[in-house]
Amino acid sequence: MTTPVSSFTETFDIIFLALVIFAVVTLLLITAIMIYFVVRYNRKRHPRAEPIHGNTTLEIIWTVIPLLIVTGMFYYGYEGFRYLREVPEDAFTINVVGRMWDWTFEYENGRKSDKLYVPVDRNVKLSMTSLDVNHSFFIPAFRVKEDVVPGRTTYLWFKPQTVGPADVFCAEYCGQRHAYMLSEVVVMEKDAFDSWYGGEADSSPAAAVETAAAPVEETTGFTEEQRERARKVLWDNGCFSCHTTDGSENLGPSLKGLFQKDRYVLVDGQERVITADEAYLRRAIVDPDAEYVKGYDGVIMPPADDLSPSELTLIIDYIQSLK
Amino acid sequence: MSYGSAGNALPLNNFRTTKTRYSGIFAWIFSTDHKRIGILYLISILSFTSVAIVIGLLMRLELIAPGETIVKPETYNALFTLHGVIMIFLFVVPGLQAIFGNFFLPILIGARDVAFPRLNLLSWWCYMIGAFMAVLALFTGGGAPDTGWTFYVPYSVRTSTNVSLAVLGVFVLGFSSILTGLNFVTTVHRMRAPGMSWFRIPLFVWASYSTSWIQILATPVLAITVLLVAFERLFAIGIFDPASGGDPLMYQHLFWIYSHPAVYIMILPAMGVVSEILPTFARKPIFGYKAIAFSSLAIAFFGYLVWGHHMFTSGMSDTARWIFSLLTFLVAIPSAIKVFNWVATLYKGAIQMSPALLFTMAFIFLFSIGGLTGLIQGALATSIHTHDTYFVVGHFHYIIFGGTGFAFIAALLYWFPKMYGRLYRMKPMYIGWGLMFVGFNALYFPMLILGWMGMPRRYYDYIPEFHFWHVVSTIGSWILVSGIILIAVEFFRARKHGEIAGDNPWGGVTLEWHVPSPPPHENFDVIPQVTWDTYDFEHGLPEKTAEGASHP
Repeated sequence: MTTPVSSFTETFDIIFLALVIFAVVTLLLITAIMIYFVVRYNRKRHPRAEPIHGNTTLEIIWTVIPLLIVTGMFYYGYEGFRYLREVPEDAFTINVVGRMWDWTFEYENGRKSDKLYVPVDRNVKLSMTSLDVNHSFFIPAFRVKEDVVPGRTTYLWFKPQTVGPADVFCAEYCGQRHAYMLSEVVVMEKDAFDSWYGGEADSSPAAAVETAAAPVEETTGFTEEQRERARKVLWDNGCFSCHTTDGSENLGPSLKGLFQKDRYVLVDGQERVITADEAYLRRAIVDPDAEYVKGYDGVIMPPADDLSPSELTLIIDYIQSLK
Repeated sequence: MSYGSAGNALPLNNFRTTKTRYSGIFAWIFSTDHKRIGILYLISILSFTSVAIVIGLLMRLELIAPGETIVKPETYNALFTLHGVIMIFLFVVPGLQAIFGNFFLPILIGARDVAFPRLNLLSWWCYMIGAFMAVLALFTGGGAPDTGWTFYVPYSVRTSTNVSLAVLGVFVLGFSSILTGLNFVTTVHRMRAPGMSWFRIPLFVWASYSTSWIQILATPVLAITVLLVAFERLFAIGIFDPASGGDPLMYQHLFWIYSHPAVYIMILPAMGVVSEILPTFARKPIFGYKAIAFSSLAIAFFGYLVWGHHMFTSGMSDTARWIFSLLTFLVAIPSAIKVFNWVATLYKGAIQMSPALLFTMAFIFLFSIGGLTGLIQGALATSIHTHDTYFVVGHFHYIIFGGTGFAFIAALLYWFPKMYGRLYRMKPMYIGWGLMFVGFNALYFPMLILGWMGMPRRYYDYIPEFHFWHVVSTIGSWILVSGIILIAVEFFRARKHGEIAGDNPWGGVTLEWHVPSPPPHENFDVIPQVTWDTYDFEHGLPEKTAEGASHP
């Protein structure tokens, strides 16, 4: 499938191309003249230099003409930019939450997704904020970008014109897994979008994680329904950015087989061995820095201290079930 | 043409042989002679730079293929932080100003030393202590900082790496810069030789003078800003971190209020060097002396007012964005004027090709690409897309490496015979130039393309679509470095074993060519009376050229 375009893609491409053509012509002119002078006025060919000190007319010409050119460039740049910043009133608003290192898209009807599903030919406004550090929401195919800043709400808008998936990147450096803070914008036909928007949870975050991570896990004493709920809590809190459930190492230790394992931890600089029992897991989730596991130096785990007691118990039970 | 001199020995009484209170290495690290301090900077700066070059090579090697190639993401993040911190704070910001400014500024205006020689030595010590602290930060605390050289809050407050010590190092380095600026401004105002009026001072001095003002006025902002970051980390004072009530955008404003003018600290002395080299090898006056001198001042002034173009997507108000865009376009004008004047200087000259001139021509070409790609980023509509992508990375390497870096080598090629009294062989320098020029463009031009395609900067890994240009870029880095090594080896050989250069191997007219090579302690036996305009090849040539005799 070809990469979709937005209503701004073409405007950008025209302005960009015009500037590139100007740049190439100017560069070639300067370079050609410079090389010509060096060859033509080589000391062998032209042994006596003429002591020319300058020329006021020329100086004025090459001050005024560039001034006019850059003023023109400013104007077209500004016009394009104004289009980008004036959101049409009928725009369909989606909230975007960035955090280390994933994106969550929250729709008006409460639907959440890890991919940005949008209908074609509809003005879409993204209202964005960050839970931790600066990020930047960038869709190269649509030529739009805006930083996502904690404590602030920023916005951008676009109108996709063709269907298909396009890359979403985080463009503001945000730490260890910055290069993996990727997502996709999926432009859909109106009908397809409507059925997704109103439909079953086929692309809900938890389900998306199931398919994306495809965890091979053996759970014991845990119902499928509990497992779904536990994974949703883990997803919603960003745990899967660093922890896997299939035994493979990511930034943090895998949750598989963690229960009852010996952990080598640093407590106030002293090394100790602790068995990962239920009480330990509880402490490790709520206050991860107090007993810092050796071997993960430099990795920060944000304390998950806003979990409800029942959510916390659910996660711990889930970890216990991952044998 | 052969440049060598009639003599076959260096002058016995030169600044390297002068007896001082101390001996051995102490005769250098406690010396207040501006020339010795210049050499100290040269050695220390180039040592740090070679480390940053190796880091750059490692980064390129990692990026030759998607996924993990040689290092883990956390190492890569530390590498690009270090590469940036060393290159910016330890190489290009002090670079030309501290090395060639120190060595040549007093000689060029006919002075025996800078206005405050002891303060000058203190500047070098501040540089070394600051650099040492930055290096120490790599091996202590939570490990090498991984924030990027920009130290953006809140990440720099959250990360467990040793950011606090690194920013304190930057704080101390700032003093080196401020004190050097103060010293040079005073020197230019107070120490000019009789007859050396404001419009007779060489253009390198004008550039250095403009740079000094930026150093004095902008650096304190950075110093306080990084100190606040350290306080934010240690005491959570809530200035920048939204988690304790601060504003992350305020950090970006304060950071760029220094760091944009810092770009002009990096490029202005390079422009000055170019304005010295062109007249000498064209054997004619610079075209539009006053236009070039005033454009340096204009750049220094407008350079303060454009910091917001680093924040076009930051969430800053839209009004601020278009105002900064307009001002950014205005600052392009004085740079354009300089380029036109440099090219016009070659018109009807008697041009002698030399490695220094060739590097200067490469400077004009590469700097023009940097400037013209800058226009694309100054225009808001296009900047939104290219912001924080490889387009920016390509652009600023064209300016800072293609500009300042190539001018640095040009300056060394031009003034090396004066500093060491010996000449290098031309051939390795020409070949080195060829390798560097080809390698440079192979390394950085693909970055412009990658940025246009949407590759964000500071990415450890990338999607397969970007693979091809990354391979080209990495191969370019190897060609570039082979050129650098060739040139470095030849300089290293020539400093002891090169042919004796004589006073004036290039036939220059500015005052450094009126004194022996290397110059004696305190430069002039008698302070010269300047009766000719700068770059006046009819009246300004030293009486005896290319001989070992001392002048004036």
